[in-house]
Amino acid sequence: MSVNRAKNLGLPLMNLVRLKGAPILEQLHLEERLLRTSSDNWCIVNDGTNVPTIVMGMSGKPSQLLELGPVIQDRIPVIKRFTGRGTVIVDKSTMFVSLICNKDDVPNVQPYPRSVMAWSGSLYGEVFKDYVFGDRKFGGNAQSIIRNRWIHHTSFLWDYNVRNMAYLKLPSRVPQYRLERDHTDFVCRMKDYIERSDFVEKTVKAVGNQFTLKQVNLEDIDSYAKGEHLKSTRLLTLKELEEAMAGTTHNA
Amino acid sequence: MALRMWASSTANALKLSSSVSKSHLSPPFSISRCFSSVLEGLKYANSHEWVKHEGSVATIGISDHAQGHLGEVVFVELPEEKSSVSKEKSFGAVESVKATSEIISPISGEVIEVNTKLTDSPGLINSSPYEDGWMIKVKPSSPAELESLMDPKAYTKFCEEEDAAH
Repeated sequence: MSVNRAKNLGLPLMNLVRLKGAPILEQLHLEERLLRTSSDNWCIVNDGTNVPTIVMGMSGKPSQLLELGPVIQDRIPVIKRFTGRGTVIVDKSTMFVSLICNKDDVPNVQPYPRSVMAWSGSLYGEVFKDYVFGDRKFGGNAQSIIRNRWIHHTSFLWDYNVRNMAYLKLPSRVPQYRLERDHTDFVCRMKDYIERSDFVEKTVKAVGNQFTLKQVNLEDIDSYAKGEHLKSTRLLTLKELEEAMAGTTHNA
Repeated sequence: MALRMWASSTANALKLSSSVSKSHLSPPFSISRCFSSVLEGLKYANSHEWVKHEGSVATIGISDHAQGHLGEVVFVELPEEKSSVSKEKSFGAVESVKATSEIISPISGEVIEVNTKLTDSPGLINSSPYEDGWMIKVKPSSPAELESLMDPKAYTKFCEEEDAAH
């Protein structure tokens, strides 16, 4: 039984960190640090990020996923993150919600991918139960599972710039939901369906139905997360991107 | 493997490993109630990695139970040769179904060989978790660590108890 379980409510404790416009690299570094060095549960909400940035999963190959010519020319930052696959381009119109949990504090959730995704689907089902999005996608998620903890993080397309989507290639392994649609045909803008503030508050409320939330300020994080840890999330260098493009050109 | 296996026996029945029929290890295997295979002659960690100890070399991979719950493995991150691994510490990760899952070393030692086939064929972990899907070979620094690992019978029971918990 987790020592975080609040005695008065019987719900496990979860620390809530609210950010606005935080750089996505900093957010991901924070998440990886909290996953690996903290023993608490965490909910991180970041309302937008400061500059358009491409974020790939652990196994992401720039040559396969990105239109490298424009990415390099336009100096779009490219990050490789510590969680599983899924490439996104995020900006100030993207909203991020990340949940880091001790497996013992969500005993009905088995710490393997499908179970975690089913749980999060149920949680967000509460947030979006009054909205119908059809077969359009408005967010992408990924996870990392370590021994006794896991993270499930999501980027939500509050709005998006169609031009930014052009930096991403159609992936060679296409998920079923995508069929053969272009980005603009299978994604939708959340702003067409729900108010930005409503989304944040409904999400916090849905999380609050399963955890007792405690607001934590970013400047107090050091007291929760101590020690060295594996740092997998990183910004790819220009040299790496140029070499990836050169490899693609050579193989053409 | 950073997992606990509580999938229903029905779900696992659909994931019966083909490696069972191709095993060149010829010793018999046991099948847990959940229909994933547990190979004789190996030792198992409660994080679902297996170890085959032969002389001064220990081969490490993840169990059939683990690969079944991961789903299709699309990428494997492994350490380099000559690096060190430590008992109960992560030495790499697998990626499947949008998730990365760390792999925990059952023993300590020096990595003497890495399965490079997994770079181009990560699915070997699914199709052949005990043979072609091996991950690293290690020179154990503390052979006594193997004593604390589970034998096949204990591991089978461990998996069954985990399944029963959900």
